[in-house]
Amino acid sequence: MAAASIAVPHPQSPPYAHYRGKIGMWCLIIAESSIFLIFVVAYLYYAGKSLSGPTPAQVLDVPIFNSICLFSSSLTIVLAERALHSGNIKRFGLCWFLTIALGVIFLVGTGREWYHLIYDDGLTIKTNLFGTTFYSLVGLHAFHVTVGIIGLTIILLLTLAGTVRQEHSYRVSVFSMYWHFVDVVWVVVLSVVYFIAR
Amino acid sequence: MAEAQPIVPPLIVSPEREASRPFVQTLHGWIVTVDHKRLGVMYFSYGILFLVVGGIEAMIMRAQLAVANNHLVSPETFNQMFTMHGTTMIFFAAMPIVFGFGNYCVPIMIGARDMAFPRLNAFGFWMSALGGIILYFSFIGGFGLYGAGSAPDVGWFAYAPLTSRAFSVGHSTDYWIVGLLVSGFGSIATGLNILTTALCMRCPGMKLNRLPLMVWMNVVTSFLVLVAVSPLTAAQIMLLIDRYLGGHFFDTQAGGSAVIWMHFFWVFGHPEVYILVLPAFGILSEVIPVFSRKPIFGYNAMVGATIAIGFISLTVWAHHMFTVGMTSYANAFFVASTSAIAVPTGIKIFNWVGTMWGGKIRFKTPMLFCLAAVAQMLIAGLTGIMLSAAPFNWQLSGSYFVVAHFHYVIVGVIVFGTFAGIYYWFPKVTGRMLSDTLGKWHFWLFLIGFHLTFDFMHIPGLLGMPRRIYTYDASRGWEGWNIIVSIGAACQAIAVLILVINVIWSLYKGREAGNDPWDAWTLEWATTSPPPAYNFAELPEVRSRRPLWDLKHPEDPDWKYE
Amino acid sequence: MHSRPLNPERFTPNGRRPSTRRGSWWKAVSGFCVAFPTALCALSADPQPSPTTIFNPASTPAHEIYHLSLFVLSVCLGIFLVVFTLIVYAAVKYRRRATDDNSEPPQIYGSNQVELAWTVIPILIVVVLFLASARVIHAIEDAEFPPDHLEVIAVGHQFWWEFRYPGYGFVTANELHVPVSDPDHPTPTHIVLLSADTDHSFWVPKLAGKTDLIPNRRNEMWIDPHDVGHYLGQCAQYCGIQHAKMLLNVMVDSPQDFHRWTAEQKAPAAMFDQFAAGRRVYEHNACVNCHTIAGTDSQGTFGPDLTHLMSRTTIASGAAPNDEKNLRQWIEDPNVIKPGCLMPAMQLNQQDIDALVAYLMSLR
Repeated sequence: MAAASIAVPHPQSPPYAHYRGKIGMWCLIIAESSIFLIFVVAYLYYAGKSLSGPTPAQVLDVPIFNSICLFSSSLTIVLAERALHSGNIKRFGLCWFLTIALGVIFLVGTGREWYHLIYDDGLTIKTNLFGTTFYSLVGLHAFHVTVGIIGLTIILLLTLAGTVRQEHSYRVSVFSMYWHFVDVVWVVVLSVVYFIAR
Repeated sequence: MAEAQPIVPPLIVSPEREASRPFVQTLHGWIVTVDHKRLGVMYFSYGILFLVVGGIEAMIMRAQLAVANNHLVSPETFNQMFTMHGTTMIFFAAMPIVFGFGNYCVPIMIGARDMAFPRLNAFGFWMSALGGIILYFSFIGGFGLYGAGSAPDVGWFAYAPLTSRAFSVGHSTDYWIVGLLVSGFGSIATGLNILTTALCMRCPGMKLNRLPLMVWMNVVTSFLVLVAVSPLTAAQIMLLIDRYLGGHFFDTQAGGSAVIWMHFFWVFGHPEVYILVLPAFGILSEVIPVFSRKPIFGYNAMVGATIAIGFISLTVWAHHMFTVGMTSYANAFFVASTSAIAVPTGIKIFNWVGTMWGGKIRFKTPMLFCLAAVAQMLIAGLTGIMLSAAPFNWQLSGSYFVVAHFHYVIVGVIVFGTFAGIYYWFPKVTGRMLSDTLGKWHFWLFLIGFHLTFDFMHIPGLLGMPRRIYTYDASRGWEGWNIIVSIGAACQAIAVLILVINVIWSLYKGREAGNDPWDAWTLEWATTSPPPAYNFAELPEVRSRRPLWDLKHPEDPDWKYE
Repeated sequence: MHSRPLNPERFTPNGRRPSTRRGSWWKAVSGFCVAFPTALCALSADPQPSPTTIFNPASTPAHEIYHLSLFVLSVCLGIFLVVFTLIVYAAVKYRRRATDDNSEPPQIYGSNQVELAWTVIPILIVVVLFLASARVIHAIEDAEFPPDHLEVIAVGHQFWWEFRYPGYGFVTANELHVPVSDPDHPTPTHIVLLSADTDHSFWVPKLAGKTDLIPNRRNEMWIDPHDVGHYLGQCAQYCGIQHAKMLLNVMVDSPQDFHRWTAEQKAPAAMFDQFAAGRRVYEHNACVNCHTIAGTDSQGTFGPDLTHLMSRTTIASGAAPNDEKNLRQWIEDPNVIKPGCLMPAMQLNQQDIDALVAYLMSLR
């Protein structure tokens, strides 16, 4: 592209340009929230309407440990952000690693819950309306957790390679906004699936 | 038009004409570009290409329906035609054209050098392009009935349970789902980009209440894209789960609901039409003031009305479902919200008239298209009011009256606005003027064809002709009207051909445009035509809504009166 | 205040000018633009051209909608005339003349009073329209039924209509018979709408607005036709390949005719010995999987009930007149009449078809 060879006569930055990471992430959060909202609406609409098969009350146990892990990971990511902001790369790396670990525990826990539901309770996505809406909603959330963990891992690897420095703290906090979003979605999913519509 | 030399603002550098390069290198430059102007041109060209393809699908339908009991195409083919025509026109013609204009105009009008996320911009374009290719691959991919390929034939809104595995055998519906899913991600990316750009990349002094209306319309559009395209994405994921994982979201045999698909789809579908029309309103709001030689009448009201339209449009969706058997209270609610949206829309029409009022109107081609678009928006809005009256809707919905109404908006306002935008900005994008004589031929032929088709199309609807039928009997009394409708379609096709000739001829032989051929007032006219890759030598600093008016009239600048 | 003081160097007052040829051309164009849509409306109100026009109501729901539509149309026409005149007037009066200098007109930014007016007046119009619609919605959707109304269950299929008369205990297809309703002593017909497969919509414009038939959902509508006659309509929600030929025929009968018709329908199928061969063809082929003829062993419900096939004027849900030639063609290969419909070609030999057609034609 020819632009690379044309020097911009007066390189300047627009006054608000440095906000664009966070504004962009907010836009993404708005769009993703709309997707989740539709799955939540479908879940609530179909609550109690299954023609057969296990009901939520029969097979669901509140995943307390899993949820504590995920909520704690939001805490550790905040600690990580603060560490990076003040220049403490080691503490940042440690808290970041803890965040990943807690996220992975959450995913493993979800996997175990699903294993139990499928093989012991006979609830699959095909079984009934509850099965379809449950696995879709929780699965969509788990997918977003997975994407988050992949992103977190990439940043961890870059940290271990030494390329993440204090001046990147804004970008890291943009990414951690995504992780907080995933957490807030879990608050909603937890309330709807395991409390309101059980 | 002020023929005297416009004052050269200090933003322009001498144009750097690139020496002619090998074709492959040029092509490579376009493919890997992240420049918002090139991506804008690519989006736009992609949209125009699919406009022509969708137009061919329309011509096939009109040929089949021109006479009663026709056997030009089979019912399978006809059903594929109306599905593909609708899907193509909305997702692969109108949306890329909208994004094309937004991509080109928004950064340069706010005095920025590019979008907030140039690489995301390229990603958005290529995803949208891929979606269109996936959809059209359906004509040759998979197995199909009678060897006609398996293009989707479920209608562009793909009601359940017609889309379930039981009723849609084969992969035709899957092409519809996947093509739109992919391009939906591209749309969300572009919406995110435009919104962030408008909020974060404004030049010094460009406060929100100094944004050109084209930018404001794109801002509200982008917000709607974020909020409205996502429900479609969610519904399509649900449909894929139903079709491939045995889910029951829309499986009425398992207790699922066909109506919930309608709700999810129209929660997307109604804001979608505002996503398409608001940028067209933006073009009208830029062209009409320049050609009336006055600022837009009631800028604050225009902004307020746009935001109101954006929010109200999220509350009206079930007016597409008045016949579904909702309770009288639900029906009444949607009557109220739908007719409420007429108020801000009317305000805009009045403001455009107010802009023309007391002006000195130059009837160049862009202004002709805008004038027709305003009058047609009036009519389209009024037929919309008729449709908002739910009991009247119980007769009119699902008939050719609705088809006439929405084509009146989409062709009569959006396509006319697009044409106005083409004639207005072509000089800026390419450095050459389009022929105004050919433009007027294009305008009058298209106007006559449009009215022949879409005025008369209301009548079969009033006479009981439903939509999506591949044939009808002469005893219904619809034939004469259908012939007229089909003739008008042919007229429009010829007019578009004239436009294509005009564009191609003008690219090589058009008069050199200069920086500011229309004596306009927004920042893009302060750059060269075409602008350099970085748009502005130094970032402009603005003090009013019309920075070039201030430069051209230093004794009487806008910022003294705003 | 929204405008700047008039700068005398830049403001050229518009003097009075004689009407030019161009001016009268504009008048012709604008006159045409007003007359044209008005003519369209007038033309479409003529009941003669179409048996399915919405402007010739014959039943209370259609009447209510018709009156509302006239009101809405007049309001819209009024708005159109006012605003369109303003648009044309502005375009004509404020166009740049060849004799104009290059000065800019007064730069006006807005006007609070005018903008307030054109916000408040549309709000009032919208409120009025809402109230008018709400009244009619309530009148139609929340109507109460007298005890002697007729109850019909309509089930939509791809691509035919099933009509059940639970009060009389019989099932028929494709032609709906209802009694005429005297406005002084109404005997409306209440229709419950169900679907066996995908979405359909019941639309007979002269009798009522359309209501959808949606699987796993019970919808309802009602009609009380005031005049005896034959009313046409068709499915109005795309339901698949032969959506276009899923036609509706509603016969509104006098009370005596309706009574006679129901008695005929309740009777089992005609059993004449001379058509026994045809009946055997019917019973020994796959016909019985889909069809029912009361009095034989067949209980198929996928296709229309054929017990009184010849009491209907059309076959294939209105796609063809009900006569021997079409019956024969239909059995040989339905795809000639309705390509893509769900009845397969029965692959019978000519002898069997002859017998079968003769038998079917005896089913009055």
